[in-house]
Amino acid sequence: MSAVSITTGPRRGWKSVSTWIGAVIVGIATICALFAPLLAPHDPFAQDLGKRLLVPFWMEGADPSHLLGTDQLGRDYLSRLIYGCRISMLIGVTVTIVSAVIGIAIGVLGGFLGGRVDDAVLFAITTRLSIPVVLVALAVVGLLGSSMHLLVITLGLLLWDRFAVVARSTTMQVRNLDFVAAAWCAGCSRFRILSREVLPNIASHLVVVATLEIALAILLEAALSFLGLGVPPPLPSWGLMIAEAKDYMFFSPWVIVIPGIALFVLVLGINLLGDGLRDAFGTHRTDT
Amino acid sequence: MLQFIVRRLIVALLVAATVMTLAFILTRLSGDLAVSIAGPNATQEDIELVRKAYGLDRPLTTQFFEWVGRAVTGDLGESYFFKARVSSLIAERMPITITLGLTGLVIALLVSLPLGILAAVRENTTLDRVVQMVALLGQAMPSFWLGLILMITLGLQLGWLPISGTGSWQHYVMPGIVLAFSAIPALTRLTRAGMIQAMGSDYIRTARAKGLSRASILLKHALRNAAIPVVAIAAVQLGFMLGGSIVIEQVFALHGVGFLAWESIGKNDFPVVQAVVLVLAVIYVALTMLADLMNAVLDPRLR
Repeated sequence: MSAVSITTGPRRGWKSVSTWIGAVIVGIATICALFAPLLAPHDPFAQDLGKRLLVPFWMEGADPSHLLGTDQLGRDYLSRLIYGCRISMLIGVTVTIVSAVIGIAIGVLGGFLGGRVDDAVLFAITTRLSIPVVLVALAVVGLLGSSMHLLVITLGLLLWDRFAVVARSTTMQVRNLDFVAAAWCAGCSRFRILSREVLPNIASHLVVVATLEIALAILLEAALSFLGLGVPPPLPSWGLMIAEAKDYMFFSPWVIVIPGIALFVLVLGINLLGDGLRDAFGTHRTDT
Repeated sequence: MLQFIVRRLIVALLVAATVMTLAFILTRLSGDLAVSIAGPNATQEDIELVRKAYGLDRPLTTQFFEWVGRAVTGDLGESYFFKARVSSLIAERMPITITLGLTGLVIALLVSLPLGILAAVRENTTLDRVVQMVALLGQAMPSFWLGLILMITLGLQLGWLPISGTGSWQHYVMPGIVLAFSAIPALTRLTRAGMIQAMGSDYIRTARAKGLSRASILLKHALRNAAIPVVAIAAVQLGFMLGGSIVIEQVFALHGVGFLAWESIGKNDFPVVQAVVLVLAVIYVALTMLADLMNAVLDPRLR
């Protein structure tokens, strides 16, 4: 556009720092999720009513064997936090896989075939966007009873819209490129063109969407669990930890500060990594 | 223009019809509604009574078309728990949700427009990076948690604002701030992108060449063009905010439509749940249509 856009030097340096921060956060979270039983110092479900609401290490009177203190039932907070990370990551990734399959299938078909099919796809996206996600997810879980499986399927069925929008628009761009025309001329089948020519070329965009979706799914799971219609107790979901500790927050604020910061940092890390990937792939922000 | 409006209207009606069907299916997911309504201690006879009384013994298609037929005329059925018309229950509580939504939108615009403009004017400077960082931070903030933190700090420790309820305008400030957080990242990014694009265009160069003041160029020429997508997204964001306010209404005990839906889900009061889903969807569809129309009015190229 103008001379302004050439001076990206300092921006790139800052960007790479923030991407690294994101990558480190996501890396630590992944390790916590995979090796929770090895890392947790205590059993996250073991109650000890004699040691209720012990304060974390930075406050006076902390118990050194419970670094982040204990909750209202005397369960070790650090151990619950580590297991909670496992739940957040598991839900974030599985929900994103479900919604990616649905959204990419719909979006690629609409973008590739065009015409009536595309009209139907656009209509499906519009309808999906008009449905209030939190309310419908709450209603489904409320009616069918809370479980991890149900939560993953429900959120997966509700969050495919961004995948569909991005898959559709990028497929439309790729469809008209020369190498696709060349593949047609070479006599390739539709399926081969879709799987070998189109999908690899829109994959980088979809990876960026996936990071956004993982972050969104983690936040939604926490909100639903907070409202009591997400992950069932006594599982240590961060949202559920905040809900259970809410009654004590005015006297010991750290009980909600700790899981909240964990949630915030994880989601921020995923978003930072996603932003970095976006720049690395040279993909533009196709949504807001 | 007329053709454009008619096309949008038809799509909007089709979306509403689809959502209606989905809302009906949603509430029938649990299998036997009569069992859930009658409660855990009900005998077989009680369940049969409930089934008869609520018309649940009839075929699903009959129930569906009856519900649709009534809903079109504005009759959304009767609540099992509140023993009142669903439409009047929603009408009673809608003002709270709309007040909350508008408060949130106004706060979001007050924050994101100046931030977006600042970032665009100082593109690629530290200030720009700070603004983008703020947007990222806002995106990562769990709204219900922010609400609780504000309650502890602004409410309890500083005593500036009431913690929950709907007594006065002050009651809407904290929930409004929390709700605004969900819209600030998108609005800020869009304002920034729009301003950068506008500032690089030919008419701004012309305005500069004419020797207009910097403020006049920024606010009169650039902002007017950058505002078009922002206005549209603001309307859409308001739709998302009304749908998403359920969490915040619960945190701050604001008895709006979201709170009503949350209560009704817990009590298996399915006429209320399906009605709230439908009403929120219709409001969203109406807002997106309004956004498209505003776009068309503001930018004749889109007609």
